[in-house]
Amino acid sequence: MRDEFVRTLTEIAMEDRNVILVTGDLGFGVLTRFAKEFPEQFLNAGVAEQNMTGLAVGMSLEGKVVYTYSIANFPTLRCLEQIRNDACYHQANIKIVAIGGGFCYGSLGVSHHATEDLAIMRALPDITVIAPGDTTETAAATRAIYEVPGTCYLRLGRGGEPKVHEGDIDFKIGKAIKLFDGVDVVLISTGGILKNAFEARKKLSSIGLSVGLYSMHTLKPIDREMIERVAVRTRLIVTIEEHSVIGGLGGAVAEILAQMPQPKARLKMIGLQDCFSSIVGDQDYLRRMYGLDVDSIVKAVNDILR
Amino acid sequence: MNTHDLALRIRRHAVRMTHLGKSSHVAAVLSMADIIAVLYGQVLNKLPSEPKWPERDRFILSKGHAGAGIYAALAETGYFSVDELETHYANGSRLSGHVSHRGIPGVELSTGSLGHGLPVAVGMAFAAKLDSKRYRVYVLVGDGECDEGSNWEAALFASHHKLSNLIAIVDYNKLQSLATVEETLRLEPFSAKWKSFGWDVIEVDGHEHEALGEVLNLDPSNGERPLCVVAHTVKGKGVSFMENSVLWHYRSPQGEEYEMALEELGRFADER
Repeated sequence: MRDEFVRTLTEIAMEDRNVILVTGDLGFGVLTRFAKEFPEQFLNAGVAEQNMTGLAVGMSLEGKVVYTYSIANFPTLRCLEQIRNDACYHQANIKIVAIGGGFCYGSLGVSHHATEDLAIMRALPDITVIAPGDTTETAAATRAIYEVPGTCYLRLGRGGEPKVHEGDIDFKIGKAIKLFDGVDVVLISTGGILKNAFEARKKLSSIGLSVGLYSMHTLKPIDREMIERVAVRTRLIVTIEEHSVIGGLGGAVAEILAQMPQPKARLKMIGLQDCFSSIVGDQDYLRRMYGLDVDSIVKAVNDILR
Repeated sequence: MNTHDLALRIRRHAVRMTHLGKSSHVAAVLSMADIIAVLYGQVLNKLPSEPKWPERDRFILSKGHAGAGIYAALAETGYFSVDELETHYANGSRLSGHVSHRGIPGVELSTGSLGHGLPVAVGMAFAAKLDSKRYRVYVLVGDGECDEGSNWEAALFASHHKLSNLIAIVDYNKLQSLATVEETLRLEPFSAKWKSFGWDVIEVDGHEHEALGEVLNLDPSNGERPLCVVAHTVKGKGVSFMENSVLWHYRSPQGEEYEMALEELGRFADER
């Protein structure tokens, strides 16, 4: 995802000289080429995220489109108030990019687990929150947030994520992408865990269930219409996120279901159950530990439907 | 209007606004009133009829709790009606206690949480350099506010990038929220700190208009360094019983105190 982001941003930077990439002293090897090709459009703000975000707002108020770049929780939680007061309240045209969503940096420890960022960003007014499901969605999202004015948060994985979508996608901010229709259960996934949701769907289908799958790449504004439509047709919605179930995708879907007059669907939220992971391990290991691997998703659905 | 008249008007408005709104921070406005008056009356290149005029100098009030002073300065210099000042702090008003930009022409940045103004000013100054724009960026920070680490992140950045179009003014009244700066978190040697961060530093009496005007109009230091103006001020300046008293960071002037404050400040010629 990292590479698709940089590749797309390079295209945008070439078209629009007002686009600036500001990093908080991270991106070794990843941003090198961009920095070399666009020295006037690249800035290392140092290890100082509050200033990075404030200065991005200042530049955006002067007409720049500024992407701030860092990893895990550094570009979000470390400078949360700058995002709220300076960026969102001023509807500043800055794009906050976090590499390493969820357990990408699993072995680095709790400081590097970005597992509440979506909930916290989503709670702010005047922000768009996007967690692309694969590399294709990442490229589309990088351009989409450039085209929409205002503050956006783009939560990415790391490198080496697989492509889930075959061929072109119709990526629109605020519109979930339907991969499959289904009657018995509909899986809704956000972020890079889409691959596991995709594989889990395959397994569930092979045992005779009709399983839908959506990639909810935009958490804010959420695709309310899609959720309401599915909720009256199917008896089970399962949200899947590499993130706390509090306030993220699961929370957002629950907010909508709870306000519907007669939803047919019940909700199962797969994600972190309000905890830190002091145990470390690689991304797949931690996904297994917290029920986010393919088999655990299959089992969770089966346990409810049977 | 000369800057002395403007300063008096800002002070009288601040006393009246905090009286009507039963609000805090009157002493913080009195502390910076002369600086604001010199900026709005003499220094800032601006066009009130076109608040977003691209060539204007930018001004950010980082100590947003003194917002009443900016509202007063903007109203007195033609950005909006002076009558609206009476709504400050009231239900339904857009003039919040801490300065807000939404719907208010002339406010560059909403502040209120401390330590936000300088980083944004740095971004504005950096963008100006990138685009070879000639406007300057002024930001007024409080002394207590300098406890916030974000200021020092921005200070590092500003000198590293030679933002000589950036002027930070510190309203150095030596009092913060609960006690003196010296008792709370010592800033001294204060000027030396800014110098060691790579800034030019000038100390000035923050109530002397001529000196302020001279310093704030200085040509940038051969394009090399940002400028920090350490303005020595008296919190509550102009109303004897408010001067150098933490109480008036919070207390709202009412009854006899309100009348005495206005009396001490004196009236301006066409006051209603």
